[in-house]
Amino acid sequence: MIEKADIVIIGGGVQGCSIAYNLAKRGQKNIVILEKDTVAHGASGRCGAGFRQQFGTEMNCILARDSVKIFEQLSDELEYDIELNQRGYLILAYTEKEVNQFRKNVELERSLDIPASLITPEEAREIVPCLNTEDVLAATYCPTDGNVNPLLTTFAYAEAAQRLGVKLYQFTEVQKIETDKHGIREVLTSRGRILTDTVVNAAGGHAREVGELAGVEIPVYAQRHQILVTEPVEPLWAPMLMSFSRNFYFQQLPHGSILGGYGDPEHEIIGHNTGTSWEFAATMAKKMTSLVPILSNVRMVRQWSGSYTMSPDSQPILGEHPQLERYYMSLGFSGHGFMLAPITGVMMAEYIMEGSTYLPIEKLNITRFERGELILEPSVV
Amino acid sequence: MDDNTIICRCEDVTWGEIRKQLDKGYMTLDEIKRITRAGMGPCQGKTCQRVLLHAIARYLNKRVEEIQISTYRPPTKPVPLGVLAGGQDD
Repeated sequence: MIEKADIVIIGGGVQGCSIAYNLAKRGQKNIVILEKDTVAHGASGRCGAGFRQQFGTEMNCILARDSVKIFEQLSDELEYDIELNQRGYLILAYTEKEVNQFRKNVELERSLDIPASLITPEEAREIVPCLNTEDVLAATYCPTDGNVNPLLTTFAYAEAAQRLGVKLYQFTEVQKIETDKHGIREVLTSRGRILTDTVVNAAGGHAREVGELAGVEIPVYAQRHQILVTEPVEPLWAPMLMSFSRNFYFQQLPHGSILGGYGDPEHEIIGHNTGTSWEFAATMAKKMTSLVPILSNVRMVRQWSGSYTMSPDSQPILGEHPQLERYYMSLGFSGHGFMLAPITGVMMAEYIMEGSTYLPIEKLNITRFERGELILEPSVV
Repeated sequence: MDDNTIICRCEDVTWGEIRKQLDKGYMTLDEIKRITRAGMGPCQGKTCQRVLLHAIARYLNKRVEEIQISTYRPPTKPVPLGVLAGGQDD
């Protein structure tokens, strides 16, 4: 194993691989990615992989919009077909409160050149003819939202990074990050030590522990999130179907299978559990068949789970740790890490190499929790 | 077995597609599955996983028990969503 590196990235998920690729693309040399299993083994390879630009805060809209711009040309850039499709997100409103929020969201989104619109239940049914619109008061629709194959995207970033000279060590676990009064000194791994003064924590569900390995506190935790997928069937409808108040998201993928999940922050297991529950499958099946009744005869073939890395305000933590110089973090995405990885990879690379980014990163600094400046995003599942 | 031999019948994945990924350096069953979809279809690898394990072991010159298998997940066989939702008798 290499003995010395300019930058050590911990975590071979989409964040780590995107950051490594963007650093190398900007000319950074001697980058190492350490991954304790294989690339995309954690949440990156377990996520729903939808991307949307329909958010309720300006920052999230801009991050998502710019991430989608990168997704749109990423297959060409990385020389790997990541199976991009832009079939839109249809987000359903079931309460007056939601309708009011969506009206504000759409106004904000349109002011930022995101082509979302507020539509009626009848218009929603024109987009998705098999949709049960009972109790639906309105919906928002953005045709340029979509999804990609999360596994291929992560492998594509990892391969492109390696073509630019990044070294990837898989099955290599970080055991300790040694520091002294000047900052980081070295990273001890299960396969030897690497001298470095710069570490990027992109460890996803394990981010808190990777903080502890360097003696710094990071207020995030892993929480299980479950998904199920059906057998592939003929094309039934196009966009992602989503609701915040009824708590679901599911979509038919280009391949034909239907994939979706819901959030259960009150009951889901906290920690690194990747098992599954019967209750999830039954509840998700109820949600899916009541919204799209023709799904009753479509068969579920698999359910699985992965970790959301939850931060105190469910927004990512980006930037340097105030207690340890050159200890950078790209973590705590709380369920939106995959869709933001193209843009956060660019931002982190700019920030590490130049000390600033073209989008303001300060708002997402870890010190916001002490300052009490939490970011309140109204539109999350 | 040649490049046109179908290993995963659910997803129509050939040995050639799998060998291409092994040539690139991917070594585990999970990586091969995640890239090629071998084992992701309705049978969830019950038909092809053994064949694939032996093929990977042979390619890597390892014993088959050295190759880590994928996680088996529920359900054991495909179940209609309507049955899971409790809306009809099985």
